[in-house]
Amino acid sequence: MASPSRISGQSASAGFAHGPVHLARRQGRAYIAKATPEHELHALNEAVETAASSIAAAMGQLAGDAADILEFQLAMLEDGSFTAAAAELIASGATAPAAWKTVLEAEIASYRASGDAYFNARSADLADICDTVLQALSGESAESIPPGVIHVDEDVAPSRFLSHDWSKGGGLALRSGSVTSHVAMLARARGVPMIVGIGDAEIDEAANALLDAQSGELLLSPDPAQIDDFNTRRTASRAHQRDADALASHPAVTRNGESVQVLVNIADPSDVERISIDHVDGVGLMRTEFLFGGARGLPDEETQLAAYRKVLDWADGKPVTIRTIDAGGDKPVEGYTIAEDNSFLGVRGIRLSLAKPEIFRVQIRALLRAAPHGALKVMLPMVSVPGEIDAVRAMFAAEAADLAQAGIIHRMPELGIMVEVPSVAITPARFAAASFFSIGSNDLTQYVLAASRDNPRLGALGSAADPAVLSLIGTVASYGLASGIETSLCGDAASDPDMIGLLLDAGLRRLSVAPARVSVIKAAVRLWAPGEIE
Amino acid sequence: MTAKAVSEVIITNEVGLHARPSVKFTKLAKTFPCTVEFATSEDGPWIDAKSIVKVMGAKAPKGTRLLLRAQGEQSTTAVAALIALVERGFDEGGGHGEPQ
Repeated sequence: MASPSRISGQSASAGFAHGPVHLARRQGRAYIAKATPEHELHALNEAVETAASSIAAAMGQLAGDAADILEFQLAMLEDGSFTAAAAELIASGATAPAAWKTVLEAEIASYRASGDAYFNARSADLADICDTVLQALSGESAESIPPGVIHVDEDVAPSRFLSHDWSKGGGLALRSGSVTSHVAMLARARGVPMIVGIGDAEIDEAANALLDAQSGELLLSPDPAQIDDFNTRRTASRAHQRDADALASHPAVTRNGESVQVLVNIADPSDVERISIDHVDGVGLMRTEFLFGGARGLPDEETQLAAYRKVLDWADGKPVTIRTIDAGGDKPVEGYTIAEDNSFLGVRGIRLSLAKPEIFRVQIRALLRAAPHGALKVMLPMVSVPGEIDAVRAMFAAEAADLAQAGIIHRMPELGIMVEVPSVAITPARFAAASFFSIGSNDLTQYVLAASRDNPRLGALGSAADPAVLSLIGTVASYGLASGIETSLCGDAASDPDMIGLLLDAGLRRLSVAPARVSVIKAAVRLWAPGEIE
Repeated sequence: MTAKAVSEVIITNEVGLHARPSVKFTKLAKTFPCTVEFATSEDGPWIDAKSIVKVMGAKAPKGTRLLLRAQGEQSTTAVAALIALVERGFDEGGGHGEPQ
């Protein structure tokens, strides 16, 4: 019996899970060269067929954009051109994997070299196709995660997370990973416990494990006392969640009778299928990064319009704040973002949108066309000088004029900004051209404390509870109140019940939270009264 | 004697002959028994319209002039059908789409 051990990480999505460890197997079997070129070619053809049938099987379970991407990949694979080119290399002595790699890498390079951002972005699809066949050649297949396990991996792709059935419990413990990754957002949205940055500690396959994603710990081979303690805390947490859920549709009113608006953050339009609009006061942040990147490339106007309308229709007249593409920093998008050494201080958010007007225009048109379908507000990320608001407003006006000329129905939405760069938080009055402020506490914290939020070694420095951060939040909230500019907070701090007292003390009365946290945040609001020290 | 058909069209949809449009284009081309080829200039190269790898490889953005030619059975119908698909913006809407 192994002795208990404790591995620390960073909490990416709170919750508890008890189950066996499941280690990701990464290295497939090595490819064994075949006797003759004919055998090599046969191996390649078989691998292409295996890859094609696994894509076809995955396609059957998906709809919309995701299915379209796979249909495209399948068509590319079934087209004989790549295999024909590889066959020539095999005939002159190359192994099947070497030939396949040479052909696909040349193709990928030609897409990357293309000046057109849309074509450039397809290189991700080709890389996917390349890998799928190479895996089939070495006999490696993307093994599925068994239900109920604590899955330990370097990182997990969003598609992998989404294809797993989390209803049987279990959780994620990632060796690297980031609390702000797309998969972390999905885990928070769905209430799947997840910790990141556990490092390369030795972990045994199938070891009994307790994942405490509340405190960011993984306990291996726990003793009975540790299991008891874990169960007590888990039971208490679940009871609290149940009590909170029972009141989810009730408004959040503080003990002294003040109403607090609780809105929801949407990372993917499908999030709305798991939450009732009756439980929230609207959408405080709808991200649009899900539309861009991955194998999907850059979305066209109709694809964007459909996604925005889906959430506006669901919101049934309540406000929906959609944030324009916030790529760059720790969110690279193939064919769009610029590789930089210091990406958090680089061309990201609205800076990138303004630098690539041809791509931003498409999003602006989709937003203008979505606006008549609900109470749409548009929010700009990473604004750092007032001129950026003016530049975007001018682009909206130009596209609106173009749509009007073409006779296409549209409306000018309210334009507000994220407050996440210290320059805005320190002097909010200079940004009064914004219709509303929404504080992005994650970025504001990293910029105020000069602590990169994707660096697990700096986890302890990245707290929004730092007095300097709270002071800036207070500055923005009081300016908002005095000037009548609606002010909210949509960072992770709003989803943390322990932060709610501090945020309400700072003057905020409007919070946007992860879908799975709505009821517990409302419960935390109901406990608060001004002037109390907890 | 096999029939030969030739025509041309300008790509008007926002993203050009991109992933989804290419899937539709090659799928439609494959429904005809004749050979179907396209080029972006009279001097060629002429590209097999039934191969998605080659169609995508042309990297034809919005505004590209596409020359189409087909030879064999149903060549006239094939060219007309493909021209119509491009003219309809590959049924994607988007870009300077029609009013709602």
